[in-house]
Amino acid sequence: MPVRLDYQLIEAYVEPGSNVLDLGCGDGTLLDQLVQEKGCTGLGVDSDLDQVHQCIARGVPVYHGDMLEAMGMFEERRFDCVVLSQTLQQTSEPDRVVQEMLRVGRRAIISLPNFGHWRVRLQLLLRGRMPVTGVLPYSWYETPNIHLLTIKDFFRFCREQGVHVLDTIYLSARYRSLPGFMANLFGSMAIFVVERAQEAGDGRQKPKDEE
Amino acid sequence: MDAIGSIGVVETRQWCFAEPPDELKLRSGASIGPVDVAYETYGELTPERDNAVLICHALSGDAHVAGRHSPDDPKAGWWDVMIGPGKGIDTDRYFVICSNCIGGCKGSTGPSSINPATGRPYGLDFPMVTMQDMVKVQHALVKEHLGVDRLLCVTGGSMGGMQVLQWAIDYPEMVVSAIPIATTSRLSAQGIAFDEVGRQAIYGDPDWNNGDYHDGTPPARGLGVARMVGHITYLSDRSMREKFGRGLQDREEVGYDFGPPDFQVESYLRYKGDSFVARFDANSYLYITKAMDYFDLEADYGSLVNAFSGVRGRFLVISYTGDWLFPTYQSKEIVRALQANGVVTTFCELASDYGHDAFLLEDEQLAQVIREFLRHQQRSVREQRA
Repeated sequence: MPVRLDYQLIEAYVEPGSNVLDLGCGDGTLLDQLVQEKGCTGLGVDSDLDQVHQCIARGVPVYHGDMLEAMGMFEERRFDCVVLSQTLQQTSEPDRVVQEMLRVGRRAIISLPNFGHWRVRLQLLLRGRMPVTGVLPYSWYETPNIHLLTIKDFFRFCREQGVHVLDTIYLSARYRSLPGFMANLFGSMAIFVVERAQEAGDGRQKPKDEE
Repeated sequence: MDAIGSIGVVETRQWCFAEPPDELKLRSGASIGPVDVAYETYGELTPERDNAVLICHALSGDAHVAGRHSPDDPKAGWWDVMIGPGKGIDTDRYFVICSNCIGGCKGSTGPSSINPATGRPYGLDFPMVTMQDMVKVQHALVKEHLGVDRLLCVTGGSMGGMQVLQWAIDYPEMVVSAIPIATTSRLSAQGIAFDEVGRQAIYGDPDWNNGDYHDGTPPARGLGVARMVGHITYLSDRSMREKFGRGLQDREEVGYDFGPPDFQVESYLRYKGDSFVARFDANSYLYITKAMDYFDLEADYGSLVNAFSGVRGRFLVISYTGDWLFPTYQSKEIVRALQANGVVTTFCELASDYGHDAFLLEDEQLAQVIREFLRHQQRSVREQRA
């Protein structure tokens, strides 16, 4: 998945003028776009010094360090939106990360590679080896992805954690949009817009977590 | 691309203010005047007066931050690696100001200056000064003497970083941006402890004579030891291991005696102590370390969050991984309190095997971060005006 496409889709969910926290912000591209194009304000967080340098070069405010530590600085509801792009599966405590995102932010946008994709399943089933695919390009010994999950896992996780899914986008390996019932088998990537369950508005259509 | 180089030959200038009866009121309640301020400036102030960058020096620093005092001057200013044409703080773009702090001994009024009441050096009659007082004097220089109403940036490391924080608190309307480096919002117990060891070395030197040594021999031994202790705190286990290891000084094997130094690290520290004695006043060392010990923004304002409640500028807070004197967690406390006030703040922990002194060394990563940050500040100031 090209990072830019991921950002484009995420950007569409961010309201103009929002205050945004971008966890694992990389070189600051997304925040820079949000500031330039949507009049947003915000802060990036990244633990990689080279990426932090890039953010400073772009003029994007950034916190160099761990994302949980960074969120710990903020009071409840400090941000309109907290973004976590392609990184949840790399965190050591994904449950704490999501809870913190929904503490400091009204909404969270989380994008994930889907470990339930048929290619992944087939590689493990037929070859008996850890899957290596386009969105999961690493060998087992070098992967930063320590908490891989499927789309279905994420829905279950949300139910257990009291997290309400407001909206979803599922993308195939060729970046085509997929309907929900095909997502866990054919989606290679998913984007979720979530908020705390008690804040879920009435009359919203709940996306189905079917395979 | 600008040529990277030295600013060339520069000179320290003097300004005098707070002539009695308009003396400078200090935080302690005491007043002092007249007050001399030694300062240097480099680069050109734009007609809009929007490109001034103020540098605040650390404990042993002075106004001579870059360039050389004569063409054959062997030693450049203390932050020459950062300041000059094409450098991190580019003198082709910015008007750079640095002054010696009050209490110092390099041209600004301090305990070695003549007390107009007695015609003799102040010695311990010099009033206690604080970071606030140092900043107040800089403010007078910048505003009254140089006619600069807004500083594009205030920056400095260690004690200089304390002044940066105090600037942003005391004169928020003047500070467009601030870069505190390797600093703290309140000196730690460890920091106070090392300062006290240094002071005890000075007190214990019979030549110190309760600060009244100007007619006799200055307390070179005490000040030298103070500097040796201080210097250890600026290094790190790793940097000492790499620089000296257990290498011997001008000998093949250890001497089994108390004569000349056995090890290179001993020789190095003695050299550092001796060279410091030649350029620094022992009483100034006492006064300035006290000012650092007293620095505590939390105590002064109830909480650090409260301390920064009026801050308006943008911040770039920088710490070093190898700094055990002003460790990263202290910078993060500053960042947290700034964020709590909604101050736009970037935090960056630079990697270095050196200790606290890392910011003074040639370091392209620091230069690059400062360069980019300043460019954005300048751009946004100009966009706002346009």
